[in-house]
Amino acid sequence: MTLKTTRRTLLAGAAATGALALPGSRLLAAEQVKAGWVYVGPIGDHGWTYTHDQGRLDVEKALGDKVVTTYVENVAEGPDAERVIRQLAASGNDIIFATSFGFMNPVIRVAKQFPKVKFEHATGYKTAPNVAVYNARFHEGRTVIGTIAGRLSKSGIVGYIASFPIPEVVMGINAFTLAMRKRRPDAQIKVVWVNSWYDPGKEADAAKALIDQGADIITQHTDSPAPLQVAEERGVSGFGQASDMRKFAPNAQLTAIVDHWGPYYVERVKAVLEGTWKSHIIWHGLKEGMVQIAPYGPRVPEEVRAEADAVKQGIIDGTLHPFAGPIRDQAGELRVPEGQSLSDEELLKMDWYVEGVQA
Amino acid sequence: MDPIVATTVSVISAATPLLLAANGELVAEKAGVLNLGVEGMMLVGAVSGFAVTLITGSATLGILAAASAGALLALLFGLLTLGLMANQVATGLALTIFGVGVSSLVGAGFVGTPVERLPRLDIPGLSDLPVLGPLLFGHDALVYLSVAMVALTAWFLGRTRAGMILRACGENDEAAHALGYPVIAVRFAAVLFGGVMSGLAGAFLSLSYTPMWVEAMTAGRGWIALALVVFAAWRPWRLLIGAYLFGGVTILQLHAQGLGLFAVPSQVLSMLPYLATILVLTLIAAGSGRRRLDAPACLGRPFRPPA
Repeated sequence: MTLKTTRRTLLAGAAATGALALPGSRLLAAEQVKAGWVYVGPIGDHGWTYTHDQGRLDVEKALGDKVVTTYVENVAEGPDAERVIRQLAASGNDIIFATSFGFMNPVIRVAKQFPKVKFEHATGYKTAPNVAVYNARFHEGRTVIGTIAGRLSKSGIVGYIASFPIPEVVMGINAFTLAMRKRRPDAQIKVVWVNSWYDPGKEADAAKALIDQGADIITQHTDSPAPLQVAEERGVSGFGQASDMRKFAPNAQLTAIVDHWGPYYVERVKAVLEGTWKSHIIWHGLKEGMVQIAPYGPRVPEEVRAEADAVKQGIIDGTLHPFAGPIRDQAGELRVPEGQSLSDEELLKMDWYVEGVQA
Repeated sequence: MDPIVATTVSVISAATPLLLAANGELVAEKAGVLNLGVEGMMLVGAVSGFAVTLITGSATLGILAAASAGALLALLFGLLTLGLMANQVATGLALTIFGVGVSSLVGAGFVGTPVERLPRLDIPGLSDLPVLGPLLFGHDALVYLSVAMVALTAWFLGRTRAGMILRACGENDEAAHALGYPVIAVRFAAVLFGGVMSGLAGAFLSLSYTPMWVEAMTAGRGWIALALVVFAAWRPWRLLIGAYLFGGVTILQLHAQGLGLFAVPSQVLSMLPYLATILVLTLIAAGSGRRRLDAPACLGRPFRPPA
């Protein structure tokens, strides 16, 4: 049965669609916002993705009926990511948060095809009129924990379990090393790359290997609590990553760098609600509360706590810069003279290690 | 603990799940059934073992639950391939995908909760010996079970009548049937055994190796176990060597990174275990062209009782 499409019905249809479209077409402010989150790992990783989801829950708490949230977890960085992001954009989400570095190119591609949808990419560097980038100064947290490690390590060897050699991870290793060596000039930071953000088995193996090689403090830039579990069992100490992991290591965890995304997420979803959303690149840290330090564990004595707090306050006040000179690289060359410090642009491109790092 | 002893203990831990799973798969393949669902069975074993241990507080119940879960999934596989003559390769792959999904679903509520690690053997005099203590007497039950099962499997397959019947079903199912042996039943039993062992391998991961549940925590170990069976030429004792070799390379590559030994990128070092497996398989295939003759002749072929 064929549908008879006369010119009349076509024009009527077009008019009806136009009439429907008009009211919705441009109120800048909206009644309700649909927000979507794309996670690289499972919410239960108790690390990176867990804290992003806590942020999403904060948005639901703060905005109630005005927001409808969805999330997709375990989205691998790669071709699958583009499919997921496109699907979220096509299903009516007004703002999408892509929470991993590897989603950068898929986000840019999908953003071109959905100019009305706002995208927020975590820890990236490519923006567009409808793509904003947000990042946290995790390295500020590393400076604080490096201070603690410098004071508490007996062997002077730290095991650093790292994921991928991207600037964010390199920055973290360097900030930690600089802070530790200020208190312990002979400190050695041994880095093992597990080439994954989340692989508890491999992370545990790496921790065991590093402890067997003399490390008495373990720190990580991977997302599972497995290294801390190993540390707890072997009687050494460590630092939690992205969230407070003391449940897994009540004695071993000295403190943790905690990511706190809630306030930023609420702010951005509100901006979409009010029609004031604009693309930007922001890099917030201890001062803005995006990075927090967890309460200290039982093995941290009073004077070390006080010193760590002072370092934290110094960073917040701006009197202490995590990358203030003099800084020498692994070859001994002076990269940053005394009195100067590395700029944000230089940090974002960091591809060299400071003295004391064995990567 | 001396670093070399500590490293060897780590290697033994890393090899155990591979050994358990590969052992089960070896028996199944000897009977003629190719079960590619090892990864899925390991994962359901891991999640069941973890969940039951967490809820009941008893690791023994957890291990039993893990074995049962593996057996259950193997039962499904057996019904499809032996009962309904489905293609073994496709069903095995489907089983893996199913196992990954169902374990994620069941485990969703358990993520982020630690559980007590399996207790280590602690014999007052022997466990305190300087080198042999932690090396031989300081492991948990599943490690000792893995080695014991290799011995048991070797004895069963090589020295018992039942084992011979099982091998016969794998070499020439029609002849075995003609002699009156219940081919389907024997294969079913072998597949169930494979499921139990894979479930135990999974339980080891979630109760001893990293005592927590995380999605897809086997991280490809099921596939490595499958490769190990071929590597071992379907002989149990060679399986032991293969598992420890693979576990060894996995651990040593991390040590090499920590020591800063090779100026090789870490990604290349990560590849080493898999390259080692490929290398060994190639050498074996090139060396004695008879390797192919070691595979059970009826491997992967469905058995249709002649009319």
